[in-house]
Amino acid sequence: MNLLNNQKFRGIFFQLLTVIGLVAFLWYITTNMFHNIEQRGITTGFDFFGQIAGFGISESPIPYSDQTSTYFDAFKVGIINTLIVSGVGIFFASILGVIIGVARLSKNYIVSKLSLGYIEFFRNIPILLQILFWYNVVLAALPKPRQSIQLASDMFLNNRGLFVPKPIMEAGFTFVIIAFVLAIFVSIFLVKWANKRFEETGKESFLLPWIVLIIVGLPLGVYFLSGSPLHFDYPALKGFNFRGGMSYSPEFLALTFALSIYTATYIAEAIRSGIEAIPKGQKEAAASLGLSSYQSLKLVILPQAIRIAIPPIINQYLNLTKNSSLATAIGYPELVTVFAGTCLNQTGQAIEIILVTMLVYLTISLTISFVLNIINKKMEIKGR
Amino acid sequence: MAVYDLKPTREAPSNLRGPIKWVLENLLSTPLNVALTFLGIAFLFWVIPPFIQWAIIDANFVGTTKADCTGDGACWVFIHQKLTLFIYGFYPQDDYWRINSAVGLAFVFGAIFKYFGRSFITKILIFSLYPIVAYFLISGGYFGLETVPTDKWGGLSLTLIIASVGIVMAFPLGVVLAFGRASDLPIIRNISVVYIEFIRGVPLISILFMASVILPLFFPEGVSFNKLLRALIGITLFQAAYVAEIIRGGLQAIPKGQYEAADSLGLSYWQKMLLVILPQALKVAIPNLVGASIALFKDTSLVLIIGLFDLLAMVHLTGSDASWMGFDTEGYVFVTLIFWIFCFSLSKYGKYLEDRFNTNNR
Repeated sequence: MNLLNNQKFRGIFFQLLTVIGLVAFLWYITTNMFHNIEQRGITTGFDFFGQIAGFGISESPIPYSDQTSTYFDAFKVGIINTLIVSGVGIFFASILGVIIGVARLSKNYIVSKLSLGYIEFFRNIPILLQILFWYNVVLAALPKPRQSIQLASDMFLNNRGLFVPKPIMEAGFTFVIIAFVLAIFVSIFLVKWANKRFEETGKESFLLPWIVLIIVGLPLGVYFLSGSPLHFDYPALKGFNFRGGMSYSPEFLALTFALSIYTATYIAEAIRSGIEAIPKGQKEAAASLGLSSYQSLKLVILPQAIRIAIPPIINQYLNLTKNSSLATAIGYPELVTVFAGTCLNQTGQAIEIILVTMLVYLTISLTISFVLNIINKKMEIKGR
Repeated sequence: MAVYDLKPTREAPSNLRGPIKWVLENLLSTPLNVALTFLGIAFLFWVIPPFIQWAIIDANFVGTTKADCTGDGACWVFIHQKLTLFIYGFYPQDDYWRINSAVGLAFVFGAIFKYFGRSFITKILIFSLYPIVAYFLISGGYFGLETVPTDKWGGLSLTLIIASVGIVMAFPLGVVLAFGRASDLPIIRNISVVYIEFIRGVPLISILFMASVILPLFFPEGVSFNKLLRALIGITLFQAAYVAEIIRGGLQAIPKGQYEAADSLGLSYWQKMLLVILPQALKVAIPNLVGASIALFKDTSLVLIIGLFDLLAMVHLTGSDASWMGFDTEGYVFVTLIFWIFCFSLSKYGKYLEDRFNTNNR
């Protein structure tokens, strides 16, 4: 019998061939790499993490100084800024995306066509172009601090960024936070109780006002009881710029604007296709069971639509996080700008730095897909 | 016997027919709808007239220098003066015809492909001949054509080159990876999975950095890639992972019976996959493949960050030209328009393909 015609043997043979080829290729490039590194006198290893970085970072949520902080501190600042800009971007992209997606399905012709226009316009323009546009055209055209646009009594927008009051929490504020968390737990318990009662007796309970009362009222009551332990530090114009308060840099604003507006188009499409994917018969069946249109939406359509829409939406969250790396084009100090940019240029250790950068993004991606898998498992139609 | 004339039917009341009914139903059905309609109209009034004012009424179209832009509106003179730069980059002016004819040849080859590409072999032949011809035409060095180094390439032509090379080269690699991921052989499957998940988990910009900084270290001294080739390798490796995932989705839609039927006909693995499975899987995957191609076309603008001068980078660069300061907006609007037209028509084409294949299935 010819060995090559034996399926088992062929399987092992071809896999062996692949492994040998891959190993040979990897061996070839690593030997070349080590040779080249030696030739060019590039240092290797991760010792640089402990060295003083010696460069400044314009925005840092954690203490960082160009005198004493190490490359590892710079790396941490980069990761935190990436997470902040992604988190804020995801928040606004979700809100905008839901609004646009629902508007797309509106029976109102103008509203529906406007959101279609929004989706088709922003989706077909490269995200990098949008970031550059917001940064170089819109935000650069803002007035100087002295002529700031006053958005609200203590909110100012100018070409240095957005300035808002900074909340300062005193010791007693912890109780308010505890009360808030407690209120959420109580609400969850209430909803569960109402669902159970509905399933057992068929009686509906109209909980929304109660939940609002608990979530707003409980923390508010504790706040006043503990003597209003919160005050604000207001931004004020001093010299050529604002001092005090909290500020968001133009880079940050441009990046969050562009990322939210761009990603919202995809989220809107996911929501629209999720709702449209539900067969018409479902709605008709709900109607013939005598459910009101609100009930049919809440109990029949949305549970199915969300199941379809959530995986693509979470994928878009992931894309947004990856796209935040384009901050490097406008210099917002996130991971790629700080670490794969400045740190790489100063140390010259491209291999280690790019590898670590990739690993950070990979970790974020794998975490998000892990969460997605859990959600998918939970959402799976349980039957039969 | 009395004869009764049939009275003509009365028309429905005016609010139940024609445009009035449409407006009542679609715009003014509920108080909320009325409010939304007025908000929408207000929004349109807020956005469109100022834009037309800026882009057309107050704009300057003719002239040669910045001084000719006297209006308050857009200065399209800037775009007009820099247009060749935006399209051809720093390519020598006398040789623009080479890029033009490369684009023209694409259509010629497309026609040849359609009418003479009978068998699989001729199709592949025609398909792979074009890039070679186009490369020699644009790059030069043979047949009396002057060599134009790749750092002179730029503008829209470079964007198109990067996008088309990325899309075309990533396809075979993606197919192989998809087959690998769907394979029964554990080692091959795991290698494919690791590759695909790794690439899809990191941003394109990090892969471009890797291609431009680390890739040269992987090869012996003396072997050197130019910047463009490095970017192309990076983009191809990146896109292949996405193509692989899409094709895998197509493969999963193929019923098991198709595999078994091919096996029972005695086809070899590659015959089975290429002649039976892949054509059906592609049919399912085409809309998503078009989507991925649009994404790649948009992503080509990222080469700006590693120092190649594609369309966006050219506009970005000329925006800081001393004699043309302050025309960023016009430049960005122009690039937006170009990208939008390309991406929108591609997406419409994808939709058309989707509909066509859908009817075939019925």
